[in-house]
Amino acid sequence: MTGPAARPLVAVLALACAAPAVAAFALAGAAPVVAAVAPAEQAEALPDSLIEARTHEIAAGLRCVVCQGLSIEDSPAELAREMRAIVREQVAAGRTRAEIEAYFVDRYGEFVLLEPRAEGFNLLVYALPVGALAFGALFVAAFVRRWSGPEEAGAGSAAPWDGHDDGRAG
Amino acid sequence: MSWLRASLGALAAVPVLALLLFGMGRDPRAIESPLPGRPAPDFTLARLDGTPTRGPWADAGGADAPDSFHLRADSGDVVVLNFFASWCVACRAEHGPLGTAAERYAGEGLKVYGIAYQDRPEDALRWIRGMGGQSYPALLDPGSRTAIEYGLWGVPETFFLDRQGRVAYKHVGPVYPELLETRIGALLRGEAAPEDGGATSSPGWQRGGEAPGATPELGVP
Repeated sequence: MTGPAARPLVAVLALACAAPAVAAFALAGAAPVVAAVAPAEQAEALPDSLIEARTHEIAAGLRCVVCQGLSIEDSPAELAREMRAIVREQVAAGRTRAEIEAYFVDRYGEFVLLEPRAEGFNLLVYALPVGALAFGALFVAAFVRRWSGPEEAGAGSAAPWDGHDDGRAG
Repeated sequence: MSWLRASLGALAAVPVLALLLFGMGRDPRAIESPLPGRPAPDFTLARLDGTPTRGPWADAGGADAPDSFHLRADSGDVVVLNFFASWCVACRAEHGPLGTAAERYAGEGLKVYGIAYQDRPEDALRWIRGMGGQSYPALLDPGSRTAIEYGLWGVPETFFLDRQGRVAYKHVGPVYPELLETRIGALLRGEAAPEDGGATSSPGWQRGGEAPGATPELGVP
């Protein structure tokens, strides 16, 4: 009864379940994960190009508060420009990325960081997509196993899980 | 066993549902400001020259330099800081009530200051004149430095400082007479601000608090 016609349907369903997880994972991964800038050696005269580079890097991680989902690096808004100027000043003064981010978080709350800090409750944001992806993979693996099983096992009473773990869906 | 599988499935759904429920209990547009409860950020700002003033502030200058204002935590006054702009429509509605409150409580130790946000001095001045003058001084904030110190998302936003110079309460959007009365009254009496969800903010785009000329980056929902 569960002929070949039904199988593609199940496969589509399984994929549909996994797709959001994949998408969420891709999105989370797409956010620029920039390593913390090495603490400025000393404040004494950083070259302009270095100040510029660090400013861009830090500004890209700060939210423009009058925009939607834009960093102050990417926003043409006046407030964003002024926030960039503050970042630049603080970089020139030898402050680290963490210090500069703390400055803005102190005033605007953590929402000002485009990328939530990976700690406490926020860990869910990072862990859930991975978990959902793993769950989806197991789900697909179980189905694939079931489809290939019943031919020999007849009524399908054979355990769908027999310990092999090579059944990852391609 | 299908009942086993079904109950396992239901069990797996519990954390997901709990997470969704948790999300529904929150206002996604409310962003908590870290400021209330903290000492108010210090600033020295230039007065908007030629602000037509009336009432008790007609010759406001006090102990401070006549053309600038320095916020002092030890003044013992209740201070209301109102960020406004000539291009801000909602600011028109709150201008009257603010002026009235400034006059009414001046004798009890209230100081009200307007801080022009992303505004040209001449525009701010023309706006104040057009509103019929105001009973409290207006200050200029070049480079929005003070606005950023106060974690401003847009205008209008109003900060209520207690007699110890701490930010007691932040109000987003236009203030109105009842709010001014309860907040200022409580602070003048030295009472703790009534607890509610007042210490929150919401991004400027939700109330159109964007400077003119700035490009709207994305479609507004």
